[in-house]
Formats: sequence, C-alpha cells, structure tokens
Amino acid sequence: MIQNMNELTQAAEAARKQLNAYDCRILVCSGTGCIATGSNKIHQIFEQLVKDTPGVELVFSPCGGDHEGAAVGVKKTGCQGFCELGPLVRIQKGGKTVQYVKVQPEDCREIIEKSVLNDETIERLLYHKGETAYTSPDEIPFIAKQTRIVLENCGKFDAESLDEYLAAGGFEALKKALSMSRDEVIDEVDKSGLRGRGGGGFPAGRKWKQVARQAEAERYVVCNGDEGDPGAFMDGSVMEGDPFKLIEGMMIAGYAVRAENGYIYVRAEYPMSVARLWNAIHQLEDRGLLGDNILGTDFSFHMHINRGAGAFVCGEGSALTASIEGNRGMPRTKPPRTVEKGLWEKPTVLNNVETYANVPKIILAGADWFKSIGTAGSPGCKTFSLTGAIENTGLIEVPMGTTLREIIFDIGGGLKNGAEFKAVQIGGPSGGCLTEKHLDEPLDFDSVKKFNAIVGSGGMVVMSTDTCMVEVARFFMSFTQRESCGKCTPCREGTKRMLEILERIVKGNGKLEDLDTLEELATMIQTMALCGLGKSAPLPVLSTLSTFRDEYISHIVDKKCPAKQCTALRQFSIIPVLCKGCSKCSRKCPADAISGVLGKHFVIDPNKCIKCGACKDSCPFDAIYVED
Amino acid sequence: MGTITINGKKVEFTNEKNVLTIIRKAGIEVPTLCYQPELSVFGACRLCTVEDDRGRCFAACSEEPRDGMVIFTHTERLRKHRKLIIELLLAAHCRDCTTCDKHGKCTLQRLAYQHGINTIRFDNHRADMPADFSSPAIVRDPNKCILCGNCIRVCNEIQGVGVLGFAHRGTDAMVSPAFERPMSATNCVACGQCRVVCPTGALTIHHNMSEVWHALLDPNTRVVAQIAPAVRVAVGEAFGLPKGENAMGKIVAALHRMGFDEVFDTTYTADLTIMEESKEFLDRVGKGEKLPLLTSCCPAWVKFVENEYPEFKQNISTCRSPQQMFSAILKEYYRDPAHADGKKTFVVSIMPCTAKKMEAERPDAHTFGEKDTDIVLTTTELIRMFDAHGVNFETMPSEACDMPFGIGSGGGVIFGATGGVTEAVLRRLTEGHDPATLKAIAASGVRGDQGIKEITIPYNGMDVKICVASGLANARKVLESVKSGEKEYHFIEVMACPGGCVMGGGQPTDGTRVQRAKTRTRGLYAADGEMVIKKSNENPLMDVFYNGYFKDKVHALLHNHQD
Amino acid sequence: MLDESYYRKTDEIISRYVRDSRSLIPIMQDIQAEYRYLPPELLSYVAGQIGITEAKAYSVATFYENFSFEAKGKYVIKVCDGTACHVRHSTPVLNTLRNELGLSEKQHTTEDMMFTVETVSCLGACGLAPAIMVNEQVYPAMTPEKATALIEDLRRKG
Repeated sequence: MIQNMNELTQAAEAARKQLNAYDCRILVCSGTGCIATGSNKIHQIFEQLVKDTPGVELVFSPCGGDHEGAAVGVKKTGCQGFCELGPLVRIQKGGKTVQYVKVQPEDCREIIEKSVLNDETIERLLYHKGETAYTSPDEIPFIAKQTRIVLENCGKFDAESLDEYLAAGGFEALKKALSMSRDEVIDEVDKSGLRGRGGGGFPAGRKWKQVARQAEAERYVVCNGDEGDPGAFMDGSVMEGDPFKLIEGMMIAGYAVRAENGYIYVRAEYPMSVARLWNAIHQLEDRGLLGDNILGTDFSFHMHINRGAGAFVCGEGSALTASIEGNRGMPRTKPPRTVEKGLWEKPTVLNNVETYANVPKIILAGADWFKSIGTAGSPGCKTFSLTGAIENTGLIEVPMGTTLREIIFDIGGGLKNGAEFKAVQIGGPSGGCLTEKHLDEPLDFDSVKKFNAIVGSGGMVVMSTDTCMVEVARFFMSFTQRESCGKCTPCREGTKRMLEILERIVKGNGKLEDLDTLEELATMIQTMALCGLGKSAPLPVLSTLSTFRDEYISHIVDKKCPAKQCTALRQFSIIPVLCKGCSKCSRKCPADAISGVLGKHFVIDPNKCIKCGACKDSCPFDAIYVED
Repeated sequence: MGTITINGKKVEFTNEKNVLTIIRKAGIEVPTLCYQPELSVFGACRLCTVEDDRGRCFAACSEEPRDGMVIFTHTERLRKHRKLIIELLLAAHCRDCTTCDKHGKCTLQRLAYQHGINTIRFDNHRADMPADFSSPAIVRDPNKCILCGNCIRVCNEIQGVGVLGFAHRGTDAMVSPAFERPMSATNCVACGQCRVVCPTGALTIHHNMSEVWHALLDPNTRVVAQIAPAVRVAVGEAFGLPKGENAMGKIVAALHRMGFDEVFDTTYTADLTIMEESKEFLDRVGKGEKLPLLTSCCPAWVKFVENEYPEFKQNISTCRSPQQMFSAILKEYYRDPAHADGKKTFVVSIMPCTAKKMEAERPDAHTFGEKDTDIVLTTTELIRMFDAHGVNFETMPSEACDMPFGIGSGGGVIFGATGGVTEAVLRRLTEGHDPATLKAIAASGVRGDQGIKEITIPYNGMDVKICVASGLANARKVLESVKSGEKEYHFIEVMACPGGCVMGGGQPTDGTRVQRAKTRTRGLYAADGEMVIKKSNENPLMDVFYNGYFKDKVHALLHNHQD
Repeated sequence: MLDESYYRKTDEIISRYVRDSRSLIPIMQDIQAEYRYLPPELLSYVAGQIGITEAKAYSVATFYENFSFEAKGKYVIKVCDGTACHVRHSTPVLNTLRNELGLSEKQHTTEDMMFTVETVSCLGACGLAPAIMVNEQVYPAMTPEKATALIEDLRRKG
C-alpha cells in the first residue's frame, strides 16, 4: 500500500532498483498490431526459452531473490511504433537497446543465444533502410524524427506493471499536483495552452475552469476513448501502451475540478485497451493509489470503464455521456454544455485520451516547457496514425507545426513502392484532403482548418495517384450515413441523399446538376445539423469537390475514372501479344465474358463483363489491363 | 431579463427558457415539428434554426436567451435550408395526402405548401410498412412518421407509460413499441396524447365513423347518443365559434338532424357516478378499508393501475365510468319490448377521449351478456361527420336533450376538467347549495391546472385528505408516495390527460395546448354557472332512477363486479 | 422459449451491476458474450429486473451495432472497412469471404451456424491493412487468397 507521499517515493525507488537489477530485458511489443502478427506467441516462446536455457533465468523481481544465471525479464510492452514490421522485439541490456523487427518464432532461440547470452546483434532482424541497418530504436529515422510526450513510455516498458510506471517517474505529477492548490493546477494547464486532442481543439484548461466554477458539488471526469474515426488508432495505442499515464492525467483533472469519479468510454473494438485499463485500475486500487484519501490527502478518486457497443456517434460528447447513462447514443442540443450538465446532468470534464495523457508531463515540466513545443496557437505535440499508401505505417508523435512533407517523407519514408503522392486524408469522416500544395504548410489546429480539413483526432491516410477521390468521398459518406444516429433531419436524410448521388456518380450514372445538389445538401447540413459530427459530415465531399472537381466531372461527363478504381467504369482488355491463351481468365470469369481458343489470345466481351477484375488478378502474364 | 433584437425589432424578455418562445411571443412564426412547450427540448427537426448578427446559426428551441442578442429568423439562406429539409422529409414520407386522416391538419403538409415545394428530387428510400390498426384507439402508420419523437416524449414524460421508443438508427430509425409489436400487445393505455402531439398522420384516431353512418341508415335500428361534458366546449372552434364556447345545444340539434333517434347528456350518469362514488367513499371511510379510493371514470387511468400497480386495483371505485353507466342504462331501458318499439338499439358515445374506445371493448363493458357501448366517437370524428353531413353549425338552433335521461347537474358538467369529479363529490357531501358554500368549495384548491393538487376538507369530525392528479406521470408520483407511506389520502382523483378530459386524446388539436386547455376549462365552468342544478343529488332524475324502473338493477348497471 | 438456465445465468449477470438503466448496456454485453447473441426474451427480462420499459431496452439494443437478436456463428468474422483498409483493398477480401461462405449483405450467418461475416468501421489495426478480426483475434494484411485459406483452416478446426 502506498499511503502517503513518502511511500510513493520509496515505492518508485524500489521499483527502479528492481529494474536496474535485470541483466537483460526482452520487450515484446503487445500492441494490437503486433499481437495480430503473432507477438503473444513470441512472448510465450521467449518465456519458455529463458526458463529452459542454462545461464539465464526468468525473473519477475530480480532484487532479493537468489538466482544463479543472469536475471532476464520477458515483458509485454505497448505499441513500439511501426506496426507493419511486427512482431517487434527490443532487447535491453547493459544500458543499450536493440530493436528487432519481424521476429518469427524460429528466430527466438538465436536471439537468446546471441543477444541475451552474448552481445551480438542479429543483422537480418534489424530494421533496414536502404543500405543502412539500425540497431537502436532511437536511431531509426521513423522514431528519431519524432518528439514523444504522450508516447514517451510506449513500447519502452511493461504496460501491465505499475512498478515499471513508478520506476519511470509515474505519479510524480499527481504528487506535485496534490501539493498545489486546485486553482494552481487548472492555471498551469490553462497556461500551457493544451487544446483538446479529440478533434475540436477546445482549450482544456478553459474547460476545467468552467467545470470548477459550477455550483453543483457532484462533478465527473470523463475520458473519450471511443476512437471511432476509421484510420485512427492513436488513443487505442495509448490505452494499451501506457494506461497508467492516462489514469494519472484523469486523476489530476479530478483533483483540479473536485470530481471523485472518472469514467473511460472505450470503443467496442478495443478489447485489449479494456483489459489493460482494468489491470491498471485494479493494481492502483490494490496499492491505494485509487480510492479514498489518495496519498494521505483529502482527494478521493474512483475509476470506471464503459465499453462502447458499436456506434461511432458516441465519440460526440453528449452522445457519449448518454451512452454511459444507458441510453441511445444520440447527441442532444446544446446549451447546456457538458461542462454545465454532462454525465447525469452534472458538470463534467470531457477530454479524450491523448489530452489527459499530456497532463502529467505538463504538471511536472511546467506550462512554459509545453509551450516551447509546437506552435503559438497549438502548443505541444500531436499523435498521428500514419496509414494508407505509405512506406512506414504506424503510430507517430510530432510537434504541432510539423509539415506534411516531414511527416510523410521523412518519418513515413515516402509512398509505398515509390508511388506518386496525390493527397492525404486527415481528420477522418469529419475531415478533408490535403494535397501537394499543402505539403510544406505547418500543421496545427488552426492552419488545417483553413484548408477545409481538420486535425481531428489524428488519422492520416496517405493516398497515391491510384486512389479515386470521388470514391474516397463516397466511402466517407457511406461511413457517416451508416453511423448517423438518425436524430436530426439534416444528417439523417441529407447524408443519405448525398450518398445516393455519390453512388450514382461512381457508377457512371451521374449528371452535372448532381454536383449542385451535392453542394446544396452539403451547405445545408453544415449549417443546420444538430451535432458536430453531423455538421462536419459533408467536409470530405466539399473538400474533394473543391480540389478534385475534374475527377467528378470525368466520372460524369466522360464516364471515366481517372484513377481506374471505380469498378463500374473500368474497361478491361486483353493485350493480344502478351496473352498466351492459357484460359485461366476465362475460367475465373464469373460472367462468362471471356472466350477464346486454347493457345490463342482470348477476348473480353464488354457487354457481358461485370468489371469485377477477377481476370486481371488471375492472369499470370499481366496481359489484362484497364483501358484509359 | 433583457432585450433581444429580432429582425431589427427590439423585444423584451423575462424568464423565457428559450429564444423560440420569445420569437413567437413577438408574433413571428418560425416553423417547428419537434417542439412542444410542455415536453423536453429535442432539437431534431432543425427548422427553427435562426441566425445571429455574426452569421452563427442555431436552433431557437434550445438556445438560452441572452441580453443583447441580435437574431434574424427568415434570412434567404435559412429559408433555402428549411425548404430543403422539408423536401427531404417529404421524400422519405408517404405522400398519399388526400387519403390521410391528417389531411388539412398536417404540419408537414402546411410547411410544404408554405415553402412552395412542388417537386421532390429524391425517391422514397423507406420500404413501405404496414400500418398498425390493432389498437381500438390509435392507428400508427410508420410511413408517415418524421421521427420528431413528440409521441415518445409525451408517452414517457407526461404519461410515464413509455410504450413507444426509437428503434434502430440512421435512416433505419423508426418509432415503435418494443420489438415492433402491435400497439394492442403493449401497455398502451390508449390515452391518445401521442396522437395529439403528432405533427403528421403517423398517429391518428382509430375512427369509427362508417359504423355510425351505417347504423343511422338502418330503419330497424334506434341510434342513441350520449355526449360527454368536455365535447361541448371543443366543437365550436372548428366552426368559427369562440374557442371554449359551450355548444351543447347546437350539437344536440345537429345530431337530431343527422338522424339520431335520441340524444342524451353524459352528465346524467356523471351525477349517478357522484351518487354511487360518494356512497362507496363514505362506506369505505366508515369501514376504514380499501383507502384511498381511486376514481374510476378515466379508462386510461384504470388501465394504467391494472398494468403497473395491480396492488391498487382493489382501491379503484367499483363504479363504472359515466359512459359505461349510461350505455348500460340505455341498453337495459330499450331491452324492454315496451320501449324498444321493435328496433334494436345502437349506443353511440361521443367522447373527448380515445381510451373510451378501448373501454367500450373491455369484457366488463357488457351487461346481461350484451355489449353496452356500440361505438365511441371522438370529438374529432364528430366534427368530421358534421362536416360530411353539411351541418351549418353556426346557424344551428339549440335543442335540449331527450328524456327520460336528459337532465344533468353542474357537478356533472365539470367532470370534464381536472378536479371536477372531486368538486362534484364535495358538493354532494356538503350541506346547502347557497352561492357562498359553492364558492368555498371551488376555492378549496380543486380547480386549477397544476398536475397534482392536495385538498384537506373537514367532514364529520375528520380531515378528509384528497389528491387530484392529471397526467399519468403525476399519477405515478402520487401512487409511489402512497406506496412508500410518505403520503396518506382518502380519495384520489386521476384523469390521464393533463388538464382532464377537455384535453383528451380525441379532442381537436389546433392551436397551442395551454390556450386550448384554458378556454375549454373556462367554458365548462361557465356552463356549470349557467345551470340551475349544481349538485348531483339535487338532479330530479336521480330519484326517478333509484326508485323507478331501474330500482332492482342499480348495482348491476352502475358497478363493475370485480370480485 | 428459453429454458430456465438462461434466466439463471442472466440473474447472475444482473447481480454484478446496479439495478438501474446505467447497467443496461454492460448487462446486454455480458449476455451477448455468453450466448453470442442477445435473446429477445432476456432483453425483456432484464428490462423488468432493472426497472426500465421494454421499449427503452429495445430502443437502446437496436441503436448499437454490436447487439444482435439473432444467433451468430461460432466464428464471427469482422472485416475492417476503415479508411486504411479500404484504400488497401478490403472489399475483395469481404467479397471472397461472402462468396466462399455463400453469404451476402443481407445474410450474415451460415446455415450451419459456423460463420458470421460482418463489416466493421475500423478495427484500429490500420497499420496492418487490410485487417479482419475472427472472434477477438486480428488477422493482418489480408488478401482474397489468405481469406480462402483461413476459412478452410477454420472449417478444419470445426
């Protein structure tokens, strides 16, 4: 039990001692991505190997116990960053860390023998970029070019161990906050200029202030972990990778606004986040860091977790609180705002995961330090999930004001397979597309808004020239439409009609006046919809309409998809000289549209062709192509 | 407190809770579909969106007034957006307006006309769903629903019954009972308040006009009508009479002209109810059992107790409702070949109420094996039939009701307003009928539009504690407080509809609610004022009833036999 | 009609929570986790036990995508159609799975109750696009061929 400030210091020291007593630590990435590629298996194999191999011993608390061999810990960490190269494994030994990528079960024994028992690195498992092989994770450009505040601990330690969090300085911030007055804490957060990382960018300190001055005594701290934007997984990674930091941030908020209960609403698709958070909460309760009279002060705090049940709209504040209360997740009209009447109609601080996770460091290092990072209007860093047609897919954190070029080309390593950059979709279904001309603009909350997009929660999907922007618009509209709660007319009926029109256009049945109707619907929805999600739903369409209008027009007028992606507009042909007459395509064709004689070149009947592309995929000679 | 500038004109406000109220007070009409002042703000239709001087748009229904606000209600872009919203609603809506029961009274139809929507650019994306005719009171047609949620909120917030809810989401969203069951398979008490607040034809009265036309045409059928108190103050406004004016005489005359053989006034059995219920009350007080006595005249309330508070079933008065008493008496009277004249009798009950339709179908609504009430017509249906029959209501002379059941007292008339039953009981139990005594009773706290009223009256050396509630959510509160022992009453009067029968689910719905309730209630008290007989026990027909033809059948005709 | 054991199990689940409307969603989640669907009878039962109307329970249950009144297959396959997966061609994977199992946009579950195929807005595994999730396990970088192989594999496991 940690009952006062001194005991916290002692516990942290003991934990550090334990950590230093390890001869070697094997850190297996256990983010959702690496687990998918089999990292649990890798973890299991390492544990077994360490147990079985003479000279090393698997230990959980190296201090005090007597062990004959080298004390080795096998740990599960949060996301180590570049998910596409998983399973990722780090070996920490003698103050150095080696990063291995794409570790397969058969590599484990070699790792133990060479890198754990000895000091050899295994060249083929290192990260390679061009000719260079990188040993330390911090040297890899993908990581080296990032600035990590929220993700500071992610991937570096056992996300399931409170001791490791304490050893890394965990709860020092809470300790400091508890020695400050509540107003001082709020002032510090306010001065730091921290803005909500969930999309709106509303200053967190101002929100806390508003809650603190409500007359109602009962208040709540709620964390929005319903990261619903398709293409975003930053918050999930933080909940999995550093759950204690999030909770510490929420506790500081709780102390500041005199709330005694905190709720985290986690989306249904993140079972791992839920498990890690529960684990963290139970450990904190057991050690007395959650509950009544924390660290011997008059501050009491209890944590609760609510799992989402599959509704994107619950990422909207009032829908989220409605869902916690056991209702349909339908946004309500504002005012009153959540700070006045939030959860159970009580004043409520509602921020997202990343926002809370920034708080401990702000309290510890101070507002001035935080303001020294990022831009004047948007201090600090922002996490992004970098996905799509990019070389280094993964989770990154960069100072606000970093340019798209730095993110995509320096950190992201440019487009996959050297493809040509076309656009990056940012802000998910509420966002828009940035193009070539925005590559050198510094990104922050305010600048992105000017380009008809939003920073949003930080999903960044990179698109190459083979992406059809009309299809992208259709995709987002179909998402919004499917996820519309159905309460207000503009969003329910308006997005439905926008989707119908977009579907018509990608099928080649569009008319030019459809573009006017699209814009008419879009402006109406933006002005009249009830909630923020509804109001921003037309953005992907408006943004592509303004930047890529010519693509819309070629779908409508020429009945052509310039990116050759829209199935209904594709015209498949067989290049006679390349066709060997193997008949594979005609056998794969579900519509009997391909005919020919074995050994002679085959032909596609465009009237029968259903444009599924099965033939193209099946041709071993690349003889089938899509006509321009 | 402060001033708002609306369309360039300064408007003072005090404690109005939203900008919409102030706009309307200033005489400016902004369209709404989902706003009902007595319900919580929903903000879904977005039609009341207005613009401020910085170009910010917000829904007026949910915006708190602030001093110095400058707003515009009908700018070009607002008109354009509103028109598009209405077009979108129409596109996903059944457009068989001519055969819709709400034709001419439909808010959506009116708005479409106002905004000049002549073509719809979108196909209806909703699959055709069958309408639900299973309830004898209400027809639910999901194809006409615009998802404003008024019905759901009234059913939950005002009535505390909660039969309806939203199901599914997005464009699949619909209003429906649990598991999309038919209304007849739910706890619906048939109060009809959902239909009152429905802006379209999605919830309408299950009408029975054709059965009545049919009976009227049959020469071998004697068609008799009884008219409930609240009907007389709600018909006139449809024909250009001042709102709330008592039009009983004209209604009687019009019914006679339509071919009704006899027309009676339900106040007659309201008086009998008072006689019986007072007796029952004194009896229970004497024995000290089954208290509090719960009134039984409102069938929605009775159903509510049966559904949700079975433990209070024995507290309900065994008296039949005035409708059922009257129908039983009429059927019994004409069962005598001497009175029947070789015709069969068809009883039409004209009520402000949809629940009465359900009540008429109950198993206990039969006497001596025969159904008492053949058809219940609501005020709304009556007006339609008058119109269909070419009744010139304005010039219609007044006629009196027929005998031998044609006299009622003032106490019977005020049954139509919340507190009326209690006031009539008090009149019955109080000695003397001088104006001072009556005034004292009226001022005892029984009158007024509060949802829950408490009155304590000294009687025979004891303090009689009475509670009067209207709106079933209020009734629930009262029952819960009795259940928990927090409150103790001897007598509880409940009318399911807020304000009582004048605001019944079968009444015409034009105009604003508060205004309607006030004028109709005023009309009833005025009618009472004009009556010579104020007290039920002074109705000369009471004596005739108890000591005449029905002498041996009093209990069988006037009571339900619960045990 | 459900047998008595369902109600006993439901009682046990309800007993983990406060009896009011805030517990509706977690209770439904636990029931669904137990039976892989939400039997309508149990929803009505829960409503009565925690003191909310059936209409309210139904309205909440039908709002959230996760709840299903129909029994799901032993393997619930969720095909991610998030942005990242979409631009990396998740649609052919979905189509292959449906073809392979004889399912469609309307029919999600195979007759033999082995497989349910659904789409999901984003699994949060964008780095591994296109991804699918079978029960709680994520499968990365899917292709139509891998999907076919996976189905065969699961069929063999039975």
